[in-house]
Amino acid sequence: MHSAATAGDFFFLSRIWLIPLFPAFGAAMMFFFGRRLQKATVSAICVGVVVVAFLFACFTVNDYTHFAHGTGQPFEKIVYTWLGSGDGHLTFLKKDGSAAAFNADAGFLLDPLSAIWLLFVTGVGMLIHIYSVGYMAHEGGYYRFFGYLNLFMFAMLTLILANNYILMFVGWEGVGLCSYLLIGFYFHRKSASDAANKAFIVNRIGDAGFILGALTLVWYLGSFRFTDLNPLLRSGHFAIGDPVLTAAALLLFVGACGKSAQLPLYVWLPDAMEGPTPVSALIHAATMVTAGVYMVARSNAIFVLAPTAMKTVAIVGALTAIFAASIGLVQNDIKRVLAYSTVSQLGYMFLALGVGAFAAGVFHVFTHAFFKALLFLGSGSVIHAMSGEQDMKFMGDLRQRTPTTFWTMFIGMLAIAGIPGLAGFFSKDEILWQSWSSEGGAYRVLWFVGFATALMTAFYMGRLIFLTFFGKPRMSHEVEHHIHESPKSMTVPLVILAICSVAAGWLGVPPSLGGSNPFGKFLEPVFAKEAHVMQVEEPRQLAAGEKEEEHTDPMEYTLMGLSVGAAIVGLGLAWRAYAHAGKDYKEPIAQAAPPLYKVLYNKWFVDEAYDYAFTGRRKVGDVRLGVLGLGEASSWFDAKIIDGIVNDAGWVTRAVATLSTWWDKWIIDGLLVNGPAVLSRFLSYPARLFEWGLVQWYALVMTAGLVGFAVYYVWK
Amino acid sequence: MVPITTLHYLVVAAALFVLGVVGVLTRRNVVIILMSIELILNAVNLNLVAFSRMWGNLHGQVFSIFIVVDAAAEAAVGLGILIAFFRNKETINVDEIDLLKW
Repeated sequence: MHSAATAGDFFFLSRIWLIPLFPAFGAAMMFFFGRRLQKATVSAICVGVVVVAFLFACFTVNDYTHFAHGTGQPFEKIVYTWLGSGDGHLTFLKKDGSAAAFNADAGFLLDPLSAIWLLFVTGVGMLIHIYSVGYMAHEGGYYRFFGYLNLFMFAMLTLILANNYILMFVGWEGVGLCSYLLIGFYFHRKSASDAANKAFIVNRIGDAGFILGALTLVWYLGSFRFTDLNPLLRSGHFAIGDPVLTAAALLLFVGACGKSAQLPLYVWLPDAMEGPTPVSALIHAATMVTAGVYMVARSNAIFVLAPTAMKTVAIVGALTAIFAASIGLVQNDIKRVLAYSTVSQLGYMFLALGVGAFAAGVFHVFTHAFFKALLFLGSGSVIHAMSGEQDMKFMGDLRQRTPTTFWTMFIGMLAIAGIPGLAGFFSKDEILWQSWSSEGGAYRVLWFVGFATALMTAFYMGRLIFLTFFGKPRMSHEVEHHIHESPKSMTVPLVILAICSVAAGWLGVPPSLGGSNPFGKFLEPVFAKEAHVMQVEEPRQLAAGEKEEEHTDPMEYTLMGLSVGAAIVGLGLAWRAYAHAGKDYKEPIAQAAPPLYKVLYNKWFVDEAYDYAFTGRRKVGDVRLGVLGLGEASSWFDAKIIDGIVNDAGWVTRAVATLSTWWDKWIIDGLLVNGPAVLSRFLSYPARLFEWGLVQWYALVMTAGLVGFAVYYVWK
Repeated sequence: MVPITTLHYLVVAAALFVLGVVGVLTRRNVVIILMSIELILNAVNLNLVAFSRMWGNLHGQVFSIFIVVDAAAEAAVGLGILIAFFRNKETINVDEIDLLKW
């Protein structure tokens, strides 16, 4: 409450709720008036609102640092009560049987974690908006594109700044919707609309996990609010390995798997490259796909109480990293290589979260946002220059003709490969070191997986750059004729991102290299308190983290040397294999190991397996397989057997009813009811003769009677 | 010339009576039946007047005057019923008037 008193002193911080509303305004303008606006006006509005949001975010975070004074105290601004009410009109029963108010506010939370996301989302988002002005200049649906982008920024900022799981879920669904809309931007292309559907449907699976996890939490703990949950979870009342918390953490991680493209839900992300390249850069590389990491980091207090969930996160992350990297080795579509690279790097981030190195994972998100956005925008620039060609087999020798794109992408390659001095080196090495050292070395297998992934990463990135920019030109003459460097609005963001890709790493230089890791220090308060809890329960974990602060393990330098070596070896191999590729170039991996190449090129046949198992696209004869096949079989069973039984029962009922009707009509009514009536009518016939109804008959009878009497008396 | 005795009157009256009864029992038209009833009543009148002459007083003649009045009233009521009935049934045949039974 004392924070509310001081919040008024900070102009920007107290108006934090405006940040998502800037892009929302842009989206609304495009929705209502976009069709009638000039392209220049559309660019001015949509880029303008994101620039304003970025500047506002910068000032807000600046305010926040003054507000928190390095304590990491979260700033919370509740605008109004959105769902339920504070006074308990809407109550439910918690697990322990007590009543609790169901309550979710339109509230905004700023702490070091959301501050980092806020800065790079608005920053990278702004650069990509500027880039899109050039990239989309000749495309139809210009206002629609920018409207969706602004809508996405609104949803993403809502997700980041939400102070509770429900509002976060609103943003979570919002980014999913925008992702769907933008993947399907070229909706007249079947592949794009299919990819959009795939992304949406696969994400829904994850979303179900998210909402179930959040509801499990509220059922157990009685609140959606992070500022309620975290102190409660860190109070020490909950045992490590609490089954309900483990279930909640695993469900939340299912959500993260969907959104952040982890095994087994990663399949949508490579297909999402059907969208325009700026979308791939913004949504499917830098920001949206890191939402899962953000959510797990945000829920760190739950995860540290659930070691099983942590192990799952680490293992899934490591497997995803190496799995996606292996596929990336042989893909020919320049954007698909980057897509698998993104999946792989996201795997690294989850590996970091899973081994408890939350700050390292977040740091990798941060650096990755820059170099991966750079690589995607660079690939967009290449595609732009190549008149839309995306297959690297038909590129080559572009470095002279698109020099800015080449140099910036080259820096991006060095950064992601982990060459010392660039961003990826610091963040990736931090993750590898943490996975080696945490839990007293329980995760060393995962370190090896991460190390192998680093080697592969260097190789496929080298392959991408060398095939694109080196060797002989392999494109057709018309395309070659058109090659040109992209306009300023595209190259300037590339240059800025390249500078960031170098500089971002220096925010997190570890002590072992003479730095002070200010990035990690800034984040410490978000993740620190549970270390205190862990100290009570499990001192081993703390020891790993603490050791790093005190003295440097010589092992760390060894590992660092190994991974730098891996990066150089990977790049060197790629250079040897691809840097001189001419028109007759044949894939060296395909030459060396054809079966392996086939498996990797077909992405381990995962899509095919899913087709068999879930989507029902595959048939054996007339029978569908998998879940849909099961559905079809059960539909058949329902229609033929269950409904057949129902129909037969109906038929039997009808037959019985017919028989019963006949019995009723002829036997009951006919024989037993009408029978006596007919009989009595028959028997009463003589009696009725005297009551015939004819007056003259009565008169005749009377006359006969009189005559009878008269004759009787006269005769007597 | 045979003197006309009371017996002669009675024979004529009996003949009229039988004619009336036969008419009532056999004719279908209600108007004819009413006329036949007039015959029966007048046969009785004839008897009364004949006995009145035989006994040499006027009692029988007074009775016959009453019966004439009564016959007029009876004919009026009977024709009234007949007309009301015709309005409903559009017939005055007595064999079709057979609702009064059971």
